[in-house]
Amino acid sequence: MSWQNLVQALVLVAMLVVAVPLLGRYIAAVYGARDDGTAPGDRLFGPVEAGIYRIARVDPKRDQRWSVYATALMAFSLVSLLALYTLQRLQGVLALNPTDRASVQPLRAFNTAVSFVTNTNWQWYSGEVSMSHLTQMLGLAVQNFVSAGAGMAVVVAVIRGITRTGSLNLGNFWVDLTRGVVRILIPLSLVFAVVLITQGVVQNFDGHTVATTIDASTGVTEQLIPGGPQASQQAIKLLGTNGGGFYNANSAHPFENPNGFTNMMEIFALLLIPFAFTVAFGRLVKDRRQARLLIGVMAGILIVFSGFTMLAEQNGNPGLSALGVDQSISTEQSGGNLEGKEIRFGAAGCGLFAGATTGTSTGAVNCMHDSFTPLGGLAPMLHMMFGEISPGGVGVGLMGLLVLALLTVFVAGLMVGRTPEFLGKKIQASEMKLVTLYILAMPFALLPFAAASVLIDSANTFQPGPHGLSEVLYNYASTANNNGSAFAYQGTGTQWYTVTQGLSMLMARFFTIIPALAIGGSLAAKPRVPETSGTLPTHTPLFAMLLVGVVVVVAGLTFFPALALGPILEHLSL
Amino acid sequence: MTTPISTSAIAIGPITSGTIDPQRPPKVRLRASGTTSIFDPKIIRSASLDALRKLNPAVMAKNPVMLIVELGSVVTTLLFIRDFGDSNAQTNAFSGLIAAFLWFTVLFANFAEAMAEGRGKAQAAALRQTRADTVAKVRTADGSIEERPSSSLDIGDLCVVVAGEVIPGDGDIVEGIALVDESAITGESAPVIRESGGDRSAVTGGTRVLSDEIVVRITARPGETFLDRMIALVEGSQRQKTPNEIALSILLSGLTIIFVLAVMTLQPFAIYSGAEQPILVLIALLVCLIPTTIGGLLSAIGIAGMDRLVQRNVLAMSGRAVEAAGDVTTLLLDKTGTITFGSRQAAEFIPVTNTTATEVAESALASSLADETPEGRSIVELAVRDFGHAVTDDPGSVMVPFTAQTRMSGMDLTNGRLVRKGAADSIRQFVIAEGGQVPLELGPIVDQVSREGATPLVVIDLQPGASWRVMGVVRLKDTVKPGMRERFDELRAMGIRTVMITGDNPFTAAAIAAEAGVDDFLAEATPEHKMALIRREQAGGNLVAMTGDGTNDAPALAQADVGVAMNTGTQAAKEAGNMVDLDSNPTKLIEIVAVGKQLLMTRGSLTTFSIANDVAKYFAIIPAMFSGVLPELESLNVMRLDSPRSAILSAVIFNALIIIGLVPLALKGVKFRAEAASSVLRRNLLMYGLGGVVVPFAAIKIIDVIVSTLGVS
Repeated sequence: MSWQNLVQALVLVAMLVVAVPLLGRYIAAVYGARDDGTAPGDRLFGPVEAGIYRIARVDPKRDQRWSVYATALMAFSLVSLLALYTLQRLQGVLALNPTDRASVQPLRAFNTAVSFVTNTNWQWYSGEVSMSHLTQMLGLAVQNFVSAGAGMAVVVAVIRGITRTGSLNLGNFWVDLTRGVVRILIPLSLVFAVVLITQGVVQNFDGHTVATTIDASTGVTEQLIPGGPQASQQAIKLLGTNGGGFYNANSAHPFENPNGFTNMMEIFALLLIPFAFTVAFGRLVKDRRQARLLIGVMAGILIVFSGFTMLAEQNGNPGLSALGVDQSISTEQSGGNLEGKEIRFGAAGCGLFAGATTGTSTGAVNCMHDSFTPLGGLAPMLHMMFGEISPGGVGVGLMGLLVLALLTVFVAGLMVGRTPEFLGKKIQASEMKLVTLYILAMPFALLPFAAASVLIDSANTFQPGPHGLSEVLYNYASTANNNGSAFAYQGTGTQWYTVTQGLSMLMARFFTIIPALAIGGSLAAKPRVPETSGTLPTHTPLFAMLLVGVVVVVAGLTFFPALALGPILEHLSL
Repeated sequence: MTTPISTSAIAIGPITSGTIDPQRPPKVRLRASGTTSIFDPKIIRSASLDALRKLNPAVMAKNPVMLIVELGSVVTTLLFIRDFGDSNAQTNAFSGLIAAFLWFTVLFANFAEAMAEGRGKAQAAALRQTRADTVAKVRTADGSIEERPSSSLDIGDLCVVVAGEVIPGDGDIVEGIALVDESAITGESAPVIRESGGDRSAVTGGTRVLSDEIVVRITARPGETFLDRMIALVEGSQRQKTPNEIALSILLSGLTIIFVLAVMTLQPFAIYSGAEQPILVLIALLVCLIPTTIGGLLSAIGIAGMDRLVQRNVLAMSGRAVEAAGDVTTLLLDKTGTITFGSRQAAEFIPVTNTTATEVAESALASSLADETPEGRSIVELAVRDFGHAVTDDPGSVMVPFTAQTRMSGMDLTNGRLVRKGAADSIRQFVIAEGGQVPLELGPIVDQVSREGATPLVVIDLQPGASWRVMGVVRLKDTVKPGMRERFDELRAMGIRTVMITGDNPFTAAAIAAEAGVDDFLAEATPEHKMALIRREQAGGNLVAMTGDGTNDAPALAQADVGVAMNTGTQAAKEAGNMVDLDSNPTKLIEIVAVGKQLLMTRGSLTTFSIANDVAKYFAIIPAMFSGVLPELESLNVMRLDSPRSAILSAVIFNALIIIGLVPLALKGVKFRAEAASSVLRRNLLMYGLGGVVVPFAAIKIIDVIVSTLGVS
């Protein structure tokens, strides 16, 4: 890596160190950290929210049990799913369709609807070829906001499970959803979109601008340059850890991510809210040491994976080195493995983005992950298989790490001779049942589909050999973690993939959220056990190591055989 | 516990008389003697047979992890038989050995459980002899005696038991008083007094009356007596999984499901990669990955935990109570008998204006020469030790005993000298009535002594011809048992708060509490106060443990999370608590907590070890599975194992042997030290986490060297 790469990474860290605590404090206050019941921005946002509650006929004071909370979320997701599906099916005859896009086929519309409702943003399609501006704005962008808001609501409910005692209720889903969107996502997106526009990210309602090429000898005389309300969608794509690009090339496209500055800002945007949620957690449970530990674990894993990918990509392809090709950094070239990369970001800039996007379940990309070296590709793949907890998607990432912390506490707690406790709540059979269900969800959303895909001839649309297995594994790892990025060689619009990946995304989203809410409900009812020196301390470096160990071992043991035949074999074959 | 004739793990006491009395039950002690171990050859023999019996799938179904191993064993055996004719000797040896060691894995797990049950079963068998049918003499309504077998007794029957007979069932004495030999239950050879009325009226069926005649009203139906419950408990026949054990089983099942998924989906990936695997190898991989070590030892750990309590002569009514003991955060300890010796000891002789300490000592000594109470003896001891006074033999002297009227005691010596000691106010009244002088400073001295938590005794002396003279004050102090402060420090380190319960006034209580080093105390405690304290602690999220014996302790015993009833206590107390201490030693509460913690620690440590082992197993098996077709993966063979077959076989052998290797640890429990949770975690993590990663690498390599040297694969 060059010193510029290092400086870029350090500036990013510095920006996060400043912004994360500030935003975290704000988020905590939005979700009720203040004792007097007020929240920041009551005067500005209060009336807006009150209007929404009136229209939706929601009583904001009514608390919900976990099951009611979960039902509300499921109902909301179902309605969103149907609305987005219908919109795609009808886009051909609806307004704001300057490029005359046809309606989307049923299975593909299903896949995309699931993808955006589950905050995955897996895209079988090219935005500029398949979607009308109306679908992008009213369908995809809206889901970018509300699916992120729903994920944030869920972790807030789980946190209430920890903070409340002897209670059956976890809060009100509609209030949490509305507040998250109105007070956090919309204001931040507004600011970020303006920043992006200043850097040249497009924001218009144009169809194609036709440009005449200078050199007609290539056989191409005119070029279609796509327009669209892009900056507004780009902002929430990153802030809400969604990742669905307006254009097919996603954040590699110059209209989405024009330069090195926007690249850094985009990485900053996708890490901001997930990390800030951990700070908010510390304030809500009134244990900032615990929050610091979780941030440390998240950041540690993120740095290792990002750094690994950056190094692997910067080192380039050993096959080319053997042929005497110069892949080093110099004033002449950015060096490294440059297949599928934008020169303006370089190999390391791609590696950093890849680490951040797979750690946050965002799935936006600024280069072709499929073109990574085997090890460079292994890192983001394994990063997703860790369960998207470093720092994970908005809200749900923290939720995942908390569930894994419960698992760690259970094993470690037994080792110190007490019924395990986390933040004063006993972890017993009912919680372990739910933790186990949670942990089973991701492997079940990944491995059976991947295994079936390599056996079914009609699904065989990937490259031969171990790299093909990597593609299949990566893509299902992406859907099974609601990430959305892809090893994109694989043809994904087929019947098999639209259906199985749709199922995989649904399983990944709801088979984790429902057990997590149930855990919250179970914890809320429990009394708080006072902390003594016999209590397992969960804020020490030792516990952090143990938590990382559990994450590594659970993922490693589940996926090692498959990875051995995919990226590891590919690397060893180089 | 001495002189057992060790025929098995049970110590059978010596039979004192020359002839064997069929009425006299064999003396059985729960506590094993020092010479018998859990690894008694007899237990090992019967456990080996039990291990085979437990192969019954209906029994195995209780343990899903091991059920999968058994299924794997059956399938590999069938595959071995099917392919036997078509394969070469090498292949047959490999398949045969894999199948055999999978069976061993199951058998070793069963053996561990059977070993854990072994000692309890032997104890239960010995207790059953005690229960052998006796003849009950039931007094009928008209007063006549009807002889009936004890098995046909009913609640409310009145049974007459005379010296030399065995009490036919549990009950309360309604008439008479008797010496009862309860060694059959408690192992304690000294007989105890049982009498009608009060807290000592309960008798247990199977114990033997040594003197007098009593009438017992039966309170438990045959089959539901204390002895019956005891047999069921030590045998573990009614053992239910404890809450933490259930939670852990769920996690282990979850891990097993993940590994089944990982192995099942590996075959498609392998087929895609052109390296389809034999079913036998996939089963071997699966068995190595699923947590067989902890799965195989889990129930043994639970049974052994209960057994460790039984070895301490404590009967836990449920495993749940044992686990709760590990979670206890507040320990209520009675002052008298638990923290202190319960007898007051002379600590100091305090003179008044016109006397000296040595004069006080001399008078006090003289007043206590014939005093056989612990207080009196301690006065003599202190006067002799600290002041060099001699105990003189005065055969003509007369002892004046303590009475409720005078509230003083003393001696009338031959030379006419009279000495008395007693409570301050009664002495004061007596001296004034006799026309003597009470020095002004006596009042403040007495008050000061009381305030410090001690008891003042005033000593007065009457020389012939003189008037009564107040000599001074003896400070009597309840003595804290040695080592209590250290134990409380240990408890504090483990995060357990101790609260001393006493009927003393707050001054006395505070002084003793400070000396003993307890965290808090409850003075002038009544059963209601105790109950309120427990409720308050529990409302704050604490788990409370206490001991008790009286009927008025019963509600508190029931309310406490861990209530240990003394065996000497009333039936009501025993019913209310969830443990009974047969030794009636309240200090044992501390040991019970340790046993509870150790039980959980053993489970957690072996779970960590079991999962950590999988890392090495992967590095043994994955390269072995694929390096034939995909030679690049040979570089994952970091242990440089000899051949694919020897690698797989070594992992399977290790997986089986580690279970048997860990049986002693499972039965004895991991090393327990009273430390803060953080240091316990650090040590256990290093030992069982890191150890769990490293040990199998070394062990599999060694097994591989042996296997490849023997050329079996």
